[in-house]
Amino acid sequence: MSAQLEAMELRSSPHLPEKAGVETIMFNVVLALIPIVCFGIFLFGVSVIALVATTTICCVLAEYLVCRCANRASTIPDFSVVITGILLALTLPPGFPLWMAAVGSLVAVFVGKAMFGGLGYNVFNPALVGRAFLQAAFPSAITTWTPAMSADRFTAFIPSTLTLPFTRVQPMDEWLRTASIDGFSGATALALQKFDGISTNAGQLAMGFTAGSSGETSAVLILICGGYLAFRRMMDWRVPASMLLAAFLTSAVFYMIDSTQYPTPVFTLLAGGLMLGAVFMASDMVASPVTPLGVWIYGGLMGFLTVIIRLKGGLPEGVMYAILLGNAVSPIIDNLTQPRIYGAKSRRDTP
Amino acid sequence: MNTASPSNQSPTVADTFLKGIWKENPVFVMVLGMCPTLAVTNSATNAFTMGIATTFVLVGSSTLISLLRKFIPKQVRIATYIVIIATFVTMVDYAIQAVSLQLYLALGAFIQLIVVNCIILGRAEAFASKNSVFQSILDALGMGIGFTVALLCLGTVRELLGTGSLMGMRVFGDAFEPWGLMVLPPGGFFVLAGWLLLFSWWKRRSTTEAATAGVAMQRTGSHEI
Repeated sequence: MSAQLEAMELRSSPHLPEKAGVETIMFNVVLALIPIVCFGIFLFGVSVIALVATTTICCVLAEYLVCRCANRASTIPDFSVVITGILLALTLPPGFPLWMAAVGSLVAVFVGKAMFGGLGYNVFNPALVGRAFLQAAFPSAITTWTPAMSADRFTAFIPSTLTLPFTRVQPMDEWLRTASIDGFSGATALALQKFDGISTNAGQLAMGFTAGSSGETSAVLILICGGYLAFRRMMDWRVPASMLLAAFLTSAVFYMIDSTQYPTPVFTLLAGGLMLGAVFMASDMVASPVTPLGVWIYGGLMGFLTVIIRLKGGLPEGVMYAILLGNAVSPIIDNLTQPRIYGAKSRRDTP
Repeated sequence: MNTASPSNQSPTVADTFLKGIWKENPVFVMVLGMCPTLAVTNSATNAFTMGIATTFVLVGSSTLISLLRKFIPKQVRIATYIVIIATFVTMVDYAIQAVSLQLYLALGAFIQLIVVNCIILGRAEAFASKNSVFQSILDALGMGIGFTVALLCLGTVRELLGTGSLMGMRVFGDAFEPWGLMVLPPGGFFVLAGWLLLFSWWKRRSTTEAATAGVAMQRTGSHEI
């Protein structure tokens, strides 16, 4: 009898067959990000390797310090901080000075994550908090773009990458002239469209052979990697779906009003960081709402805001601020979309 | 325990003066006067001027309120305090305008707003209206210096990072990349949060050390018995 009892394992609900914990999911997100990082390295060369390594190592170090100071068990093995590091690098320009990237990583982990209580409590996506800080602190460095597929990208760093700590980025017009293949003007597809009215071919944008942040250029690759996560149910597909849909529809309305001034909806979807933001940042499990209806509202709001900021704001790109604003309202959305409790007559009623 | 705890004794002259600077620092401990703390600390010069102006108003109003504390009817005391404080603020306002118009424009409305700074009314209500003139002056001086030091703490960090200079002089050379964010309003929040973190960490560490020391003392005492 006693032997039988020992063999029987008692567990409380929920009774789930799959052992998908935080570590498993986060590890799979890292796996899904690796192809995007590799493509970034292929496009922009060794500078991206240095950038990803710097942000990841700095984020892990910051997390180690936080756990040590708070006398908590180390939370590095759950991979969440590695994701923060990689995502931060993917949203930065390839030639971004490494010391600034290190500052951004520290802000991401300390201000974006640790200050709210660590994983599971962060109101905002930590990587985007880091990027928002960098955007406000170093506005010129974060909008300095370098051409993709330059000839010597695997043998030499982009000059701005190795800027000495706390010093200014030296002008690199000389380097740009030798590195660019066909008269590259140093602008992303979004900036070209917004400030010069030059549209970029949609096929080129989808494949990602354009200038831009290290990991945002290839829309197709991001969709494939996101699809893997959604297929394994490790990401809520509704978030990117609703965000992209809302961006498409809002952009379509603008395009119908004035097709000469505003870009096509397809361009809006493929250019800039919308894909990367929608698939890997907006879908942050902690910062997004939990109710199905709430998720649709959340995604829709972010897509709408992205297009509004892009077309009506001063900056060519608006994904970062749109997602941060979406994160900020997600607790309210959750509160407003609570489902009716089974047996209750109305939503406010309790049975 | 044969030693009486310090709180039972009447505070000494040094205690009255020093508590505003360290133990009851208006910014880092009481978290009062946040409006000027965040708004005018974008450079060390602005922070220092603001601190000195506030100290002057604090000392002046505390002295006068302490002198008049037996004549002010209880029902109208707040109004009376405000009139007294406003008098000194007007003096400071004109003085700064006369000394440096540039500084006056940089500080903007925040000089006039000293009148609603809760540190000043707080000291008037909590200390000057109940204590002798000498004690009140000491208390006001301590609080004023504590406030100035706190503003300087914020102002130096923000100016150093935000512009690479200190009191208008270049410190880090021309190659320094300024962190533009630090002289903008968000920088004030970041730096204040950093200082508050440092102070509360320090405070917690010292209280736990004191507690463990106390426990150790009690243990040795019981062994003796």
